Amino acid sequence: MKKILMASAAIALVAGAAGAEEIKLGISVGFTGPLESLAPQMAQGAEMAMAEVTASGLLLGGSTVVPVRGDSTCIDAAAATATVERLVTAERVRGIVGGMCSGETTASLQNVAMPNGIVMISPSATSPALSTLEDNGLFFRTSPSDARQGVVMTDILLERGIKTAAVTYTNNDYGKGLADSFQAAYEAAGGKVTINTAHDDGKADYSAEVAALAAAGGDVLVVAGYIDQGGAGIIRGSLDSGAFDLFNFPDGMVSQALEDKFGPEITGSFGQNPAAAGAGRDAYVAMATAAGFDGTSAFSPESYDAAALIMLAMAAAGSSDPAVYKGKVMDVANAPGEQILPGELAKALQIIAAGGDVDYVGATAVELIGPGESSGSYREIEFQGGKMTVVKYR
Amino acid sequence: MDFLNAIVALLNFVIIPASAYGAQLALGALGVTLIYGILRFSNFAHGDTMAFGTAITILVTWGLQALGVSISPLPTALLALPFGILATAALVLGTDRAVYRFYRKKKSDPIILVMASVGVMFMMNGITRFVIGVRDIQFDDGVRFVINAREFRAATGLAEGLALRSTQVITLVTAVLVVWALFWFLGRTRTGKSMRAFSDNEDLALLSGINPERVVAVTWIIAAALATIAGTLFGLDKSFKAFNYFQLLLPIFAAAIVGGLGNPLGAIAGGFVIAFSEVAVTFDFRKVVAYLVPGDWTPDGPIQLLSTEYKFAVSFTILIIVLLFRPTGIFRGKST
Repeated sequence: MKKILMASAAIALVAGAAGAEEIKLGISVGFTGPLESLAPQMAQGAEMAMAEVTASGLLLGGSTVVPVRGDSTCIDAAAATATVERLVTAERVRGIVGGMCSGETTASLQNVAMPNGIVMISPSATSPALSTLEDNGLFFRTSPSDARQGVVMTDILLERGIKTAAVTYTNNDYGKGLADSFQAAYEAAGGKVTINTAHDDGKADYSAEVAALAAAGGDVLVVAGYIDQGGAGIIRGSLDSGAFDLFNFPDGMVSQALEDKFGPEITGSFGQNPAAAGAGRDAYVAMATAAGFDGTSAFSPESYDAAALIMLAMAAAGSSDPAVYKGKVMDVANAPGEQILPGELAKALQIIAAGGDVDYVGATAVELIGPGESSGSYREIEFQGGKMTVVKYR
Repeated sequence: MDFLNAIVALLNFVIIPASAYGAQLALGALGVTLIYGILRFSNFAHGDTMAFGTAITILVTWGLQALGVSISPLPTALLALPFGILATAALVLGTDRAVYRFYRKKKSDPIILVMASVGVMFMMNGITRFVIGVRDIQFDDGVRFVINAREFRAATGLAEGLALRSTQVITLVTAVLVVWALFWFLGRTRTGKSMRAFSDNEDLALLSGINPERVVAVTWIIAAALATIAGTLFGLDKSFKAFNYFQLLLPIFAAAIVGGLGNPLGAIAGGFVIAFSEVAVTFDFRKVVAYLVPGDWTPDGPIQLLSTEYKFAVSFTILIIVLLFRPTGIFRGKST
């Protein structure tokens, strides 16, 4: 009798546990390609949020969240589409953190996520074109549009008294979008863009590009490219030929690799990438350090926030069905409600379970505006003595 | 003063970079043209042979650096070069034995050998990536500049800077030495003469007792040496990235064909023609013009024939023009 009781109790326990599901979330970022040095820290950020929620056991009756990685390649839209297709149809993920770059994100959103009704939250696709894209309410991003970065860059340049700039951009959606939005903002504010020209990634030699930029001249060279690709070649060529020695680095360039490659040679050059100061960022960096990776790496905090938003929205909607929880993403991201920092996801889940409201602040001071994108706070950095130093947040 | 500024700007942005690039292309094209002249097929694997040789050279360079060996102010890679050449020669001789010899024995059409070399290209592509990875590697540890742009400006008082990198000087000097050695070898030594005889008429050469396998082996070794030297010089001057060496294949072939396939002198001329046209056609001459004409004559827009995105098109265009009007190349190479 006792045995039967024990057995039935055990069965009841198992049955109770079975009510909770195993929720798979996709991570589609470019593990290979022009931003491959940023991708690992992004994936680790997102996975850290998932592990935190799983450990709390508070999501949808103790569901576990399992990350599934996919390589979006950043530049190959067909490969990214295939990757997301695999995540959605074969792995049956309930939401995706990704894609990484703007063109690839647009392709996988339109070809796979929208037909299948899957929510995508991109940590790093910043093209202004994504703001106006028809997305059935399925697409969000925790990074701001480059239209905003263009304005921030203009402010930084003008504050430093720089009136003329040459612009070179990587020949894709991200580069062109950023270069154009910068030119519009800068010229409206009275600056002069001497040349706005593309460079192709993966070229053997950039002396022709550098020569064209040098002929146009300018006080500063804006390199809207990728540090693992042509961006580095352009800087190398400019420094070697003495064409430019002052640079502005937008978000695709700001990384440890930049410091490693050029540190002492680009003293005084400056840049900006989306990042917020404050308790959230500090908490995130500390958590990342404890987990053994670099939390200051660009777009790593955004990835944590993207994953956290998906899971909190699921909790708020009481369902892991993208069609249901997509409407809750904006609610959990914005006021009113209790402010939630990184590492407090368990607390957020408790509040939601108790029927309360949360305002997810996270590592990047998330505030989603308009079509579901971050309003955008930026970190201004400058190179001094071979090191990348933070000037301020704006 | 303005005239001097114009000259310096032209030197700094066109002549110096194009000369170094031209020397690198010329060395690559020499290897291609040698294989074509003697083994009678276009070796598509040449770009990746360069990448493999450079990868080994870099590994040895790292080893030497770890041992504390240095020939400063010259880059350590020059010391490692012979090891890279040895490894590459072993690789291409192995490939020849495993792949090309079979088709040569069967007297296959050249096109079959070309296709086989495409297969070899993909294999070497993979091997190089396994050996050293896909990342961008800087391995120049020598003194970077002979003339520094900023110092030049300060010393001369000119508005324009002139930069001359030590790698550019090393490239040109090495290229001249290598070309001289190659021509001496082909023209003065018994083996070199037998190679030329084999290239001119295979049957007659065989009749006069030349050992074909020996000629083939020597050709491969020389091609491997040329590829490794060209690749290492290119990597020192820019940086090493396996993919970029694959991309180099097009300008190298353009150079070899423009000069006349099978003609060593043509390969060198072709290398410089391609390099100078790539840089000069896409160069924006506004700054140079601004120095030479009265102030208000300078146009606002760029003065350039083609935007830099079309750089690759330049090689193709020259190729087409040459093939249309002089199918055997400037220096009358082989037409088959």
